[in-house]
Amino acid sequence: MITVSRSHWGPGAVALFLALFLTVFLVIPVAKVIYVAFQDPNTGALTLINFIDFFNTSLFRESFVNSFYVAALSVVVASAFALPLAYFTTRFNFSGAILIQTLGVIPLIMPPFVGAVAMVLLFGQNGTINLLLDEYLGFTIPFMEGLNGVIFVESVHYFPFILINLSAALNNIDRSMEEAAQNLGASRGRLFRRIVFPLAMPGYVAGASLVFLKVFDDLGTPLLLNINNMLAPQAYLRITSIGIGDPMGYVISVILVTFSLLALWTSFLALRGKEYATVQKGGGGLMKRDLAGWEKAGCYAVVILILLLVLSPHIALTLLSFGTVWSFSPLPDAYTVQHYVDVVSTSSIYITNTLLYAGLAAGIDVVFGTAIAYVVWRTGLPGRKMLDYLAMGAVAIPGVVLGIGYLRTFYQFDVPFIDKPLASWWVIIVIALAIRRLPYALRACVAALQQVSVMLEEAAENLGATKSRTVRRVVVPLMTGGIVAGFVTSFATASVELSATIMLVSQESDAPLAYGIYEFMQSAAGRGPGAALGIIAVLIIGIATYLSHRIVNNKETERAPRQQSAAQGV
Amino acid sequence: MSLNQPSGGGVAVTVENLSLSFGKTEVLKGVNLEIRPGELFTFLGPSGSGKSTLLRSIAGFGPQPGGRILIDGEDIAGLAPWDRNVGMVFQSYALWPHMTVRKNVAFGLEERKVPAREIRERVEAALDLVGLVAYGDRRPSQLSGGQQQRVALARTIVVEPRVLLLDEPLSNLDANLRVQMRREIHDLQRKLNLTTIFVTHDQEEANTISDRMAVLDQGVIQQTGAPLELYDNPANRFVASFLGTANMLEGRVERADGRPWFVADAGFRLPMADGFSPGGERVTAMARPQNLTIGAPGDATGDGRLEGQVEVLEFLGTIVRYAVKVGGTSLLVDETHRAGRPVFQLGDRVSLGVDAEDIRLLPA
Repeated sequence: MITVSRSHWGPGAVALFLALFLTVFLVIPVAKVIYVAFQDPNTGALTLINFIDFFNTSLFRESFVNSFYVAALSVVVASAFALPLAYFTTRFNFSGAILIQTLGVIPLIMPPFVGAVAMVLLFGQNGTINLLLDEYLGFTIPFMEGLNGVIFVESVHYFPFILINLSAALNNIDRSMEEAAQNLGASRGRLFRRIVFPLAMPGYVAGASLVFLKVFDDLGTPLLLNINNMLAPQAYLRITSIGIGDPMGYVISVILVTFSLLALWTSFLALRGKEYATVQKGGGGLMKRDLAGWEKAGCYAVVILILLLVLSPHIALTLLSFGTVWSFSPLPDAYTVQHYVDVVSTSSIYITNTLLYAGLAAGIDVVFGTAIAYVVWRTGLPGRKMLDYLAMGAVAIPGVVLGIGYLRTFYQFDVPFIDKPLASWWVIIVIALAIRRLPYALRACVAALQQVSVMLEEAAENLGATKSRTVRRVVVPLMTGGIVAGFVTSFATASVELSATIMLVSQESDAPLAYGIYEFMQSAAGRGPGAALGIIAVLIIGIATYLSHRIVNNKETERAPRQQSAAQGV
Repeated sequence: MSLNQPSGGGVAVTVENLSLSFGKTEVLKGVNLEIRPGELFTFLGPSGSGKSTLLRSIAGFGPQPGGRILIDGEDIAGLAPWDRNVGMVFQSYALWPHMTVRKNVAFGLEERKVPAREIRERVEAALDLVGLVAYGDRRPSQLSGGQQQRVALARTIVVEPRVLLLDEPLSNLDANLRVQMRREIHDLQRKLNLTTIFVTHDQEEANTISDRMAVLDQGVIQQTGAPLELYDNPANRFVASFLGTANMLEGRVERADGRPWFVADAGFRLPMADGFSPGGERVTAMARPQNLTIGAPGDATGDGRLEGQVEVLEFLGTIVRYAVKVGGTSLLVDETHRAGRPVFQLGDRVSLGVDAEDIRLLPA
């Protein structure tokens, strides 16, 4: 018994620390936001008056409807992009499948708000496409008019979530399922309706609810497109212009959190009990057939069109960053590297801040992620599952809400020695980023840990290694691939995070890249340098992602033959 | 101490009243065992019998069991796995894929803070013992199943554990390699004179390798003894059928014509060897198929004779196995096959014979 408690002492202390950290920086700020939303601003009593005020204000009602409309339509448009692509790759022997797969990486490389302004220059009323359409065909398409712009930018950006989930679901349907149905007399329409569709549906719903959630919570894109009558921008504007005492920001926060939870719940319901182990021995995937020549041409046309759409923010941003003046013309008037020179000489603080913040946040994420994964999956500590739920809970908390929560909770908490509220110290930005990205890093770490057979740990303990030695010598080295992947995902997404950051930056010298891009993009003169900064961000993330792929692949090839030989040995 | 010499006697392992539950399921129900120094002892049982759980309890894995586990007289039940010094070879070998063969083997010595020089020597000696010196710099992924198995063995014995635990070590190998590795493990165990516990569900493996074995079922040891002893004198129906095919008949013993008879419920009787006293209680009579003879009607040899009809006929290579319907039951008979010997056909009327001394009585 003595040894049992001794071996649990270390993990217990770690678990306690993690629980404390999550409580202070996630639970309390969010609870505070919810509490204030239900509090009378004058008397402090609990009340629903703030919600009544909210729905009695036409601007808020309009914002609510707009947010819902934009999120829902983004799902529809994103589905329109994703469905044909998923269909092509899973149904046909299509050589463009590689192209389609690369589309899945794009959202990691650039957040939607970075390209939003550049998209106006391509697709706006006076943008390249409409200028050409008008000149040659005599009409224009209002891609970027009002809410259309938000929908367009968001769906171009987020459709890969649907594509990836749906393709995975379709690929998991075993050919024998389809053959069994055909064998029993179902063909084409019935086969699709009764077998393929029900088996693929959970994947689609999971992807679609993720898109809904992302769009509903997004702050940066509407702000940059100057659309203020949506929920997230309203929350931001109320808090920054009226102050942290104004209850409307909190009411909006509660609504945002509620809808996030609903979207996650939908996705959970869709997937619950439906993780069909559909791939059986003998190979997965639906029956594929070869394409006739004209069909292949058609497929390529669709794929290339979508690829161009997806790359258009990048193309536009690149043009903008190298262009001198770009206004009322299909392309910039002339090209220059001046914007890059300007940005690097005057605004390099944004870049160093970003590397520092995102690096620290990602570091915290993988250390905490590994620790939580270990505590939850490898110890018998009571309540360990709570730690997992707590950490994952951050998924449901929009950045704006976390930012508001931090401002409200930590404004009166002075950090010792530096004599400044925690809410305006740069470290709070790092913590916000770490909390927001923790779920992704945690999932990567859990996946990595689950790859490590418990027997590998037992073998080490059997040969005399204590728990902590086993973690150090066996568990962590074997998790390296997953940990690196988790680090890069956290790093890449944290370095362009805007919604929490924008609320927590208290002085220019503390600002990261995303904030800088936002600042520059506010003025017409700043667009060039802003775009240059955006391209630099894309490059940083691209390089980091590439390096991590290299590392993870190396790790995998190192071990891959093992499974093969084990399989042969059986 | 060199690996090539017997480490002197080995130690005894005693398990006293060991019980263990996973939640509400009792996996071990008061297990008692006495394993002698230097013995190769096997836990044999079907999956779910608790044999692996018992082995893992000895290594210190899984929930804390009730009862005592003594190694060389010392109670280790409360010790952490890393403080027990019992070497375990895992079913899947559990070689660390991020370390070379040499690093894998050196691990336990490093954890024991053995000087680097000595580690080098002992690792080489251990690799030499399993014939893998040339593979020291490879990764586990670059080895065949049999080689991985040898690395796992070397990694465990290099630390000179007090007891060697082998958890179904051959189950991931193909049939030929399994026989070869079985011999190698046996030789190695003899050479090192290391008290060894071997877990398997394969009775052939258990029979060939063990000095003694314990047959487990449902968390209870059914019988302990040398393989031959258990096969010939099983304690109950489970042991009898788990160790080999057996005809089992229910009935009672009665005395008639000056000798004991087994009167089967199926409607016939067989003579028993003298010394069985009829108790009247219900018993099971067991006879192995190879102890029955078969012949044309009236032709079979043996103390007891039965007439019947061939119901099933299976050609198994070395033997022909018949199922013969006798009275209300069906009996299996094995006959050694020789080319040219006539084989009875389905529906043939035959006679069966069995000697009184080949019939065993078991509790009903």
